[in-house]
Amino acid sequence: MSLSAPVVVELGGLQVAPMPGAAPVLKGLDLRLTAGEQVAVIGASGAGKTTLLLALAGMLRPSAGRLALFGQEPWTLGTAARQRQRARALLAPQVPPLPPRQRVVTAVLAARLPQMSLWASLRTLWTPRVADAERVQRALVALDLPDKLWLRVDRLSGGERQRVGLARLLVADVDLWLVDEPLSALDPARAELVMRQLTETARAEGRTLVCSLHQVEVARRCFARTVALREGRVVYDGPSSGLDDARLQALYGGALFASPATPVAESLPAAAPLPQAMCR
Amino acid sequence: MSAALVASAVAARDPALQRRWLALLAAAVVLWPLLVLAEFQPWTLFDARSLRVTGRFLAQFVPPRHDAEFLALLACETWRTVAIATAGMALAGLIALPLALAMTERLSVSAVGGRMARGPAWLRQAVRACTVVLRSVPELVWALVFVRVVGLGPTAGVLAIAIAYGGMLAKVWAEILESADAAPAQALLGHGAGRLQTGLYAALPASAHELASYTVYRWECAIRSSVVLGFVGAGGLGQQLDNAAKLFAGGEVSAILLVFMALVALSDRVSAWIRRGLA
Repeated sequence: MSLSAPVVVELGGLQVAPMPGAAPVLKGLDLRLTAGEQVAVIGASGAGKTTLLLALAGMLRPSAGRLALFGQEPWTLGTAARQRQRARALLAPQVPPLPPRQRVVTAVLAARLPQMSLWASLRTLWTPRVADAERVQRALVALDLPDKLWLRVDRLSGGERQRVGLARLLVADVDLWLVDEPLSALDPARAELVMRQLTETARAEGRTLVCSLHQVEVARRCFARTVALREGRVVYDGPSSGLDDARLQALYGGALFASPATPVAESLPAAAPLPQAMCR
Repeated sequence: MSAALVASAVAARDPALQRRWLALLAAAVVLWPLLVLAEFQPWTLFDARSLRVTGRFLAQFVPPRHDAEFLALLACETWRTVAIATAGMALAGLIALPLALAMTERLSVSAVGGRMARGPAWLRQAVRACTVVLRSVPELVWALVFVRVVGLGPTAGVLAIAIAYGGMLAKVWAEILESADAAPAQALLGHGAGRLQTGLYAALPASAHELASYTVYRWECAIRSSVVLGFVGAGGLGQQLDNAAKLFAGGEVSAILLVFMALVALSDRVSAWIRRGLA
């Protein structure tokens, strides 16, 4: 990353609760991302990965600390300006948020709603423009879903649905991709395809990519930089190659497995059986 | 360790049990005085005198009147009743859709990730109050008002159904939209889409089934309601029923009631058909 690239994300001492009024899950988090960077976020369940992504999408209001996206603090903006800022990022949640009875083409094109007028969105709901349908079909082909364009979402399997949710990223006109556990419903071959598509497309189109992962192996292979969270704080931020076994033990060997009777090696999350050629 | 966890969780009593007993007790305590206050005395139904009166009235019902002249009149009035109900429902839908979308808190842009801003929160309360006014006045009263304004005839019935049902549809549609999966709407609002766009692309498709089925059920209610409205001069089968009942023409009453049953059965079929189309 060149040092002169604009700062996309700047967090300082960020505290965020998953719901207004709840106890904070992120407890003083510092992070800085520049345009075009690709970062994996790892950590045990409950460490705050999803909350971090929601905060970066401008969907959770921090209870303390500094949160700046694209050089502006979203929660000091008015509602309309904040909506325009939110349109520059797209979050693909772990469970794809697709209405079951909607057609795939419509569900994917919903990612372009910020660029559409109300009239254009009504027209697209009736029938999509040919150029838009082609755009969706290109994204579906890239994710190995070549024959699903006109099907309804509830006719798809879990893995297909997850890839349709990720296809939203490929058609959206955004600067920041936020991806939450993109591999949770995918088989190893599809997982490799998806990670390659996401990282290569983000690189080619100059998008910033933040991706939370449970598979440490994938983070090591596909991302130059990894941020590790534990109990709402950054415990490692640096090159993915620097994540040695000692650090991973410290990251995942939490209080639950602290009893000496449990061998630490068993407490490590099993790495998904991914092909060695992954992301090469 | 895990055995201890299991034992301690089961040893503690079901934490919801006490609240459930209390709720049951509270329901009984509230209901009993209400039944007394409503003078609910079902045994008077089986009093010998009322049984005799009822029996005589029911005996007149057979056979229903079925001569050609009456059937032609019946068909014409049936068509008019369906037309009143359908036109009233269409207008009610036009009234309800913007109200429902405005009321739904799921579609609040300012509520994403924080608390809803004060302006929109007040606006939602105002819209809610507006639907309360629309539906708290019964359609019969609206019909009486409109009969004064536009004169006797179906127009008064259509307007009365449109207004009263507009308020009801808005309230229930908003509740249906509110109870569907929130994730699709949150994802689009959080990506900077507008309120109406989110309604069209997330909230409405997520609850299309329930919305369609409730709306068809309301159409069925509108048919029954247009009958009552006929009693105050809003036309249709109700006016015929009123005339027949006043003349103690049991055969005509039963023929008209049979038509009602056919219409309700029809709306049942239409509802199932629409739901299958959406499935």
